[in-house]
Amino acid sequence: MKDITKISALELGKMIKAREISVEDAVKAQIEVIKQRDPSYHCYITVLEEDVMKQAAEVQKRIDAGELNDSPLAGVPMAVKDNICTKGVNTTCASKILYNFAPTYDATVIEKLKQAGAVILGKTNMDEFAMGSTTETSFFGETKNPWNTSHVPGGSSGGSAAAVAAEEAFYALGSDTGGSIRQPAGYCGVTGIKPTYGTVSRYGLIAYASSLDQIGTFGRNISDCAAALEVISGHDPKDSTSVDEKSYSYTEALVDDVKGMKIGIPKDYLGKGLDEEVKAAILKAVESFKSKGAIVEEFDLNAVDFAVPSYYVVACAEASSNLSRFDGVKYGYRTPEYEGLQDVYKKSRSEGFGNEVKRRMMIGAFVLSSGYYDAFYNKALKVRAIINQGFQKAFEKYDIILGPIAPNTAPGLGESLSDPLKMYLSDIYTVSVNLAGLPAVSLPCGRDKKGLPIGLQLIGKHFGEKDIICAAYSFEQTAQYVRPSALEGKEA
Amino acid sequence: MKTYETVIGLEVHVELATKSKIFCGCTTQFGGDPNTHCCPVCTGMPGTLPVLNKQVVEYAIAAGLALNCSITQKCKFDRKNYFYPDLPKAYQISQLYLPICRDGGIEIETEAGKKMVRIHEIHMEEDAGKLVHDPWEDCTLVDYNRCGVPLVEIVSEPDMRSAEEVVAYLEKLRLILQYLGVSDCKMQEGSLRADINLSVREMGAKEFGTRTEMKNMNSFKAIARAIEGERKRQIELIEYGKKVIQETRRWDDNKDTSFAMRSKEDAQDYRYFPEPDLPPIEISDEWLYTIKSRQPELRDEKMLRYEKAFDIPAYDASIITGSKHLADLFEDTVALCQKPKEVSNWLMVETMRLLKEQEMEADAISFTPAQLAKLIAMVDGNKINRTVAKEVFEKIFKENVDPEEYVAKNGLGMVSDEGLLRSTIERIVSENPQSVADYKSGKTKAMGFIVGQTMKEMKGKADPGRVNQIVTEVLSKL
Repeated sequence: MKDITKISALELGKMIKAREISVEDAVKAQIEVIKQRDPSYHCYITVLEEDVMKQAAEVQKRIDAGELNDSPLAGVPMAVKDNICTKGVNTTCASKILYNFAPTYDATVIEKLKQAGAVILGKTNMDEFAMGSTTETSFFGETKNPWNTSHVPGGSSGGSAAAVAAEEAFYALGSDTGGSIRQPAGYCGVTGIKPTYGTVSRYGLIAYASSLDQIGTFGRNISDCAAALEVISGHDPKDSTSVDEKSYSYTEALVDDVKGMKIGIPKDYLGKGLDEEVKAAILKAVESFKSKGAIVEEFDLNAVDFAVPSYYVVACAEASSNLSRFDGVKYGYRTPEYEGLQDVYKKSRSEGFGNEVKRRMMIGAFVLSSGYYDAFYNKALKVRAIINQGFQKAFEKYDIILGPIAPNTAPGLGESLSDPLKMYLSDIYTVSVNLAGLPAVSLPCGRDKKGLPIGLQLIGKHFGEKDIICAAYSFEQTAQYVRPSALEGKEA
Repeated sequence: MKTYETVIGLEVHVELATKSKIFCGCTTQFGGDPNTHCCPVCTGMPGTLPVLNKQVVEYAIAAGLALNCSITQKCKFDRKNYFYPDLPKAYQISQLYLPICRDGGIEIETEAGKKMVRIHEIHMEEDAGKLVHDPWEDCTLVDYNRCGVPLVEIVSEPDMRSAEEVVAYLEKLRLILQYLGVSDCKMQEGSLRADINLSVREMGAKEFGTRTEMKNMNSFKAIARAIEGERKRQIELIEYGKKVIQETRRWDDNKDTSFAMRSKEDAQDYRYFPEPDLPPIEISDEWLYTIKSRQPELRDEKMLRYEKAFDIPAYDASIITGSKHLADLFEDTVALCQKPKEVSNWLMVETMRLLKEQEMEADAISFTPAQLAKLIAMVDGNKINRTVAKEVFEKIFKENVDPEEYVAKNGLGMVSDEGLLRSTIERIVSENPQSVADYKSGKTKAMGFIVGQTMKEMKGKADPGRVNQIVTEVLSKL
C-alpha cells in the first residue's frame, strides 16, 4: 500500500472510483509518507493530520453517493501553498507577522477544490510572502530539494514543488508572480503550470503583486496539472480581474500531436548567462519537438534585458501597498511592548517581517514616492507594455514559445540570499511571462552532472493553455517522469 | 488698514445613497451596532478583493451631468496609501489620475448677484471606519461599519469670495444631489462634509495668498462661522507682518476657533498608483445616454412646471421646491387629491408656521401625502370645517395621526343633522330677545352673536355657512 503515493493523481482518482482503494486508506498512506519524509524536506508549514481523516470520510461518502462522478481527482490528497486562505486553518505566508492568522473564509480555489472532493493535507512552505526564489526566506525555516537536500527547492512555491517531488502530496497549488511555480517545478523535477492572468480567481490569495499574481498547479505530470487546473479555473464574480472564458476543459488538450506546431525560441533566452548543461538539455528537447514534426525557429524578442528591472519595480510597488495592512492592529503578530499607535506599527512591522520582504517594500515605497513615480513606476509600466507587444508580435508567428526556466539548476542552500541582485537576475526567463499575463508550463527535460533536474518552459498566448498543455504532453511521451533517486533509499 | 479679498474653494464629500457599499455587498445603513455592517472585503482581510458597485458609477455620472461636468468615459481607480487604524487595508481606493467627472460648474445667487462656481473634478472613493475612544478603559476601538461606504468628492475651483457664496454653493449643491436621489446630504449624519480651502489677498492682487484647509464643520452655520474666523485670523497674521502657514486646521465650533492639525511639511506622501485589483471603467455612449435620459427634473424646471401646470405663484413654487422632500410631498399629495392649490396652501401656511414654531427643517417633516390628502378630502366633503381641519393638521404634523380616525375618535365631524341645528338656533334666538331686537333695528353684528353662540353650542362642529343661512332664515321670519 505504501507504493500508492508513487502513482499519479489521476491514477489514484481512478482507483478510488473503481473501489480499488478507499479515500481513507490513500490518505493514511499519504500521511505516513509525510511523517516519514517531511523531517528531511520540510515541505509543510501545517499538516492537517486529524482534519484530513474527517475530510477523507466525507469525500468517500460523497463518492459512494455518486455525487463526484465527474470529478476525476475526488478523494486525491493534495497540498496548498500557505498564501491561499483556508477557513479556520492557519495561513501564514511563511511570515512571523501572520504566524497565527486563521482566515475566516475560504479562497475561491479552496471552495472549488472542496466541491470537487479534494482532500487537503496541509499548507506548504514558501518564501515569505512569496518573495524569493529559494524558499529560504520562510520564517519557519527552509525547504530542502528532494533531489539533494543540500540544495534549495527553488521558490517561492518551494514547499509545494518539493511536496509533489517527494511524493508528500499527489498534486499541489502554488502561486506565480514572477516564476514562483515554474522555477521550483524546474528545480524539483516536477511539472507546474501558471495560467493566463485572470484564469484562476485570486480571491483568497494573499496578494504579493496583484497585477502579476496567479494561482496554478503542480503535478508529477502535465495530465495531473491540467486536471487540477480544470478544477480551480473559471470566472469568479468576487475577482474583477478574473475573465470569463468559453472553455476550461484543459484535459481535452492532452493529445500527443505537435505536428506542424510553430515553436519560437527567443535568441536572448539561449545567450549569455545560460549554463551550458541547461542549454544542452533545452536543445535536446528542441530536437525532440522537431522529430515529432514541430517547426522550431529562433527569433528576437523585445526588451528581454529590461524585464527583470521593470518586474521588480512593478512587483515591489504593489507589494509595498499590499503588505501595508499587516500592521499589528487587527490580526497576526503584534509587538508585546509598545507606547502608542506609531510604536505598534513600527515595532510590529520591524519584528514581524523578514529582510527580503522589508527590502522589497522599501524599493516599492521608493519607486512610488512623489518625485520618483514617473522615473521608475511609470517607466516600468511603459516597459511592461513594450514586453507585452513583443509577445503579441511573436504569437502572430508562433503557437508557443520555448525556453529555459532558469539559467542554472537549483543552487546550494545559503548561496543565493547573500547576493540578492544575482538572485533577481536569475528570474530573467520567467518574469516577462507575468508582466505580459501569459500562460506557461514548466516540465522536466533532463538532469545536470550533479543529478539536479533541468526545467523546460513552454509559453502560450493569452488563454492558450491548451497549446502548451498539448506540447507538454507530447514532450512527456518522449521523456518519462523520473522520481528523485534519494526516495528509492527511503522506502521502508 | 488695507482691504482684503477672501478666496475660497471647497472639497465636498458626499455619501451616495446606494443600498450596499462600494466594493462589497454590506449595507450602507447609518448606525447599527459597531462592526455589524461588515465582511472580509470591507474590513480588508488578507486575500480579499474589491468588486465595484455599478450604482456608484451611475450616481457619480448623474451628479456630474447635473453639475455640467464632462464625463471621463475611460476612468480608473487609484490607491491612496497611508497608515491609520480606521483604514484596514492601509490604502483608500480613490481616483487621482482619471477622475470620473471634470470641468463643470453651477450658478449661484446671492445678494451680490449671480455668479458661476466652477467644479474642478468629481471622484469616487470609499469611506473609512470610525475610531471610538473609550475613556473608561482608556483605549481606542475601531468601528468598521462605515468602511467602504461610497463617497464622491466634489472639488470646486477657488471661485468663492465670501461665506455667503459658500453657503449658497453648498445649498445649491445639496438640492441638486437630493433631487437626483444621489445622496440624502444629511450633515449631522456625515453624508455631506465640506473641507474649506481659504486664503486672503489684498484687493486687486493677482496671486493667491497661502491657503489653509479647514475640516470638521457639521452645519452651514458652522461653515459660515469658520470662514469668518479663519479670514480674520489670516488677515491679522498679515497685518502683523507674519506669514500664513500652509496647513490643515480643525474647526472647533464650541470654542469658535480653529486649531492647526498638521503643516505642509508633515503632509504625507500618499504614493498613489493605479489600483491593480479593479480593471478600468469603460463608460459607453449608450450607458451615458441611458443615465442622461433617466435624469430627474431639477429644481428650476420643477418651479416652472408648478407655475404653469398647477397655477401656483412663483414665490410659493420656489418655497416648495426649496426642499426635495417638500416638493415630493406636494406632488404626491396632488397626485392623490388633484387639488394643487389646496395642497400648496397647507404647505405654505400651516406647514411653514409649524416648522418655524418647532424649529425644524422641511426635510424632517414626517407626515405622508396620504394623510394630507385625506384631510383635504374631508374638508372638501364638508366632513369637517376649516377650524377643525387646522386642529387636525397640527395633530397630523406633530403626532402623525390618521385624520379620519382622529376626527371620529374625538367627535369632530361636522353636525349634519338639519333638525337639530334648526331647533338649536331657534332656541338660542328665543333666549336672546335683545340680539333679535338689535338685529331688527339694523345692527347686523347681532347676527354674528347668534351664529357664534350656535357654533359654541355645537362645539365648533357645525358648518358655519349653513349656520349663517339658517340664522338668517329664522331671524327674517320673526
